[in-house]
Amino acid sequence: MRPAAAGSNLVAMAQIFHYSSNTFARMTIYGAVFFIAFAGWAGYAYINSHYVTRQNQPREQPIPFSHAHHVGGEGFDCRYCHTSVENSSFAGLPATQICMNCHSQIWRTSPELEPVRASYQTGQSIRWTRVHDLPDYVYFNHSIHVAKGVGCETCHGRIDKMPLTWQNADLQMEWCLNCHRNPERYVRPREAITTMGYVPDGDQAEIGRRLVQEYHIQDARLLTSCSTCHR
Amino acid sequence: MPEEQVVDTPESQRVIAPGYTFGSVTDQISTVVLTKHTPLFWFATFAAGFVLLQGLLLSALLLFWKGVGVWGIRMPVMWGWAITNFVWWIGIGHAGTLISAILLLLNQSWRNSINRFAEAMTLFAVMCAGMFPLLHMGRPWLFYWMFPYPNPMNVEPNFRSPLVWDVFAVSTYFTVSLLFWFVGLIPDLGTLRDRAQHLITKYIYGMLSMGWRGSIRHWSVYETCSLLLAGVATPLVLSVHTVVSFDFTIAIVPGWHSTFFPPYFVAGAIYSGFAMVLALAIPLRSFYHMEGLITDRHLENSAKLMLATGLIVAYAYIMETFMAWYSGSVYEQQAFWNRMTGPYSAQYWFLITCNVVAPNLLWIRKFRTTPVLLFISSIIVLIGMWLERFMIIVSSLAQDYTQSAWGLFHATRWDFATFFGTIGFFVVMFFLFVRALPMISIFEVRTLLPQAKVREEVRS
Repeated sequence: MRPAAAGSNLVAMAQIFHYSSNTFARMTIYGAVFFIAFAGWAGYAYINSHYVTRQNQPREQPIPFSHAHHVGGEGFDCRYCHTSVENSSFAGLPATQICMNCHSQIWRTSPELEPVRASYQTGQSIRWTRVHDLPDYVYFNHSIHVAKGVGCETCHGRIDKMPLTWQNADLQMEWCLNCHRNPERYVRPREAITTMGYVPDGDQAEIGRRLVQEYHIQDARLLTSCSTCHR
Repeated sequence: MPEEQVVDTPESQRVIAPGYTFGSVTDQISTVVLTKHTPLFWFATFAAGFVLLQGLLLSALLLFWKGVGVWGIRMPVMWGWAITNFVWWIGIGHAGTLISAILLLLNQSWRNSINRFAEAMTLFAVMCAGMFPLLHMGRPWLFYWMFPYPNPMNVEPNFRSPLVWDVFAVSTYFTVSLLFWFVGLIPDLGTLRDRAQHLITKYIYGMLSMGWRGSIRHWSVYETCSLLLAGVATPLVLSVHTVVSFDFTIAIVPGWHSTFFPPYFVAGAIYSGFAMVLALAIPLRSFYHMEGLITDRHLENSAKLMLATGLIVAYAYIMETFMAWYSGSVYEQQAFWNRMTGPYSAQYWFLITCNVVAPNLLWIRKFRTTPVLLFISSIIVLIGMWLERFMIIVSSLAQDYTQSAWGLFHATRWDFATFFGTIGFFVVMFFLFVRALPMISIFEVRTLLPQAKVREEVRS
């Protein structure tokens, strides 16, 4: 018969759990705190990793085009090839004809340039692999950035030192906002837009503030409004 | 001894029937869980809930697939049934917290027999409520954007929006309710562990009871913890629905923008909550023959609370209408005139019948003590409270400032499937709870027994 009184199990019964389960239970509860913290940290580290953002990873291209050689070595201006950067949202990829301006004269028989010659003859564009691929819900316009004094280097890095092109920034939204919240830290005079390795002539804080005023850069409230970039 | 008690308390005023002992209380409650036999009505009700639940799954799947447009939400009524159901469900939860926390602090020991399933009701109601804002989001898989967490987008929720306060209010409410419920279960889980015959059952209840041995030290920690949680939960009874009402009052829509929404909403929440407590308690106690534990006294007390909160709600309706007239704002006046005479007038007058006229029958003692009549009145109140939220949301949005932007709301079949699906979810969860956990707090009911009264020994 069962004892009537509350909680008193006078009937001898075997232990269900081993004594060590006490320690195990405490460890599990205590450990869960660290486990959850670790999982949170790991998730955050993952979404910011270069594996996800594809930052600093040279991209395979149909022709191993070297910005280091053309910009760093030969000293081309960015706009020689990226012709529409000042007037269009898209900086523009050079037509094969632009390549052939030089390559009809030099490196005429180089096997690596065969796709360029083929493209020139057939009229089929070279299919480059996109390096900076923003999500479709982001409205990005190159011309406004160039017009307001954001240098090529500010986003694309030292392109003159890239044998194969890679993405210099992580392109996360916080990276965009970093500048949209404090444009004075990054803007430079329009004359120095394409300069690589630009060093401000004096105090950037002071120059930046002056340029923000001079170029009529909107205040952070407008620049960080959702619809500025997501339209 | 129980016999002595009979003399000074009339039959219906009892919180526990005479003749119970510590052992028989434990037996009656724990056998419901530990028996191998599952009664037929359990299967029947569970099956009905399960069928409705499939409707929820189907409509949620369709919603993920095609978007929120499968519901009838169209401009200008973009909140439709989804938010109506959210407010309705979250309101229902409030009675559980009131019973478990406020009545505990007020030393109302009659609550001991109904607090367990009322708290379970709170949990499942909050789950049902939580589904609606999530599904209504458009992109539910990005729900975690509602929380301020470090993210590479460098954005955080807009803390000036009451919808964000809602997230915190509801998630706090759920967490505290869950903790309170679980802590209250631990001594009973220990009892179930000790009484279980099957090894796996012993293991499961053993793990859940977290090593409860019923020592003095355990009880002392338990009492402290329980009181502290009651202290934390008490303000939540008032704050959660206050924040929910801010979703409306902060907006400038006529019919929403008023300062007395918080008390009005809290009263409505407790009103519908007690209706749900009664709608659950009455069938449960008769199916499981628990009339000795959930007595007519419990039903009558709940009915009185329902009547009291119902009268507050009725007063709020009157004041709401009076303030619309007194404000002198043509838009407010128009909004209320539209409610009474416009396209939703049928719903409005039905709501008034359910919420204001019908509960006055509870002044009559017979209505409070006859379970069938009480069950019917609680269902009427539940319908009325749903209509109230529908009225506030839909009629205000349908006809606001600009006549050219007016439009009516038409619920689709998926609105019905989702709403009744959550009722199915609630039934399924509740019946699983009834089968797997003690629906009445064993150890707290034992304290109601005359034998539990401790006489202090006076030392000479």
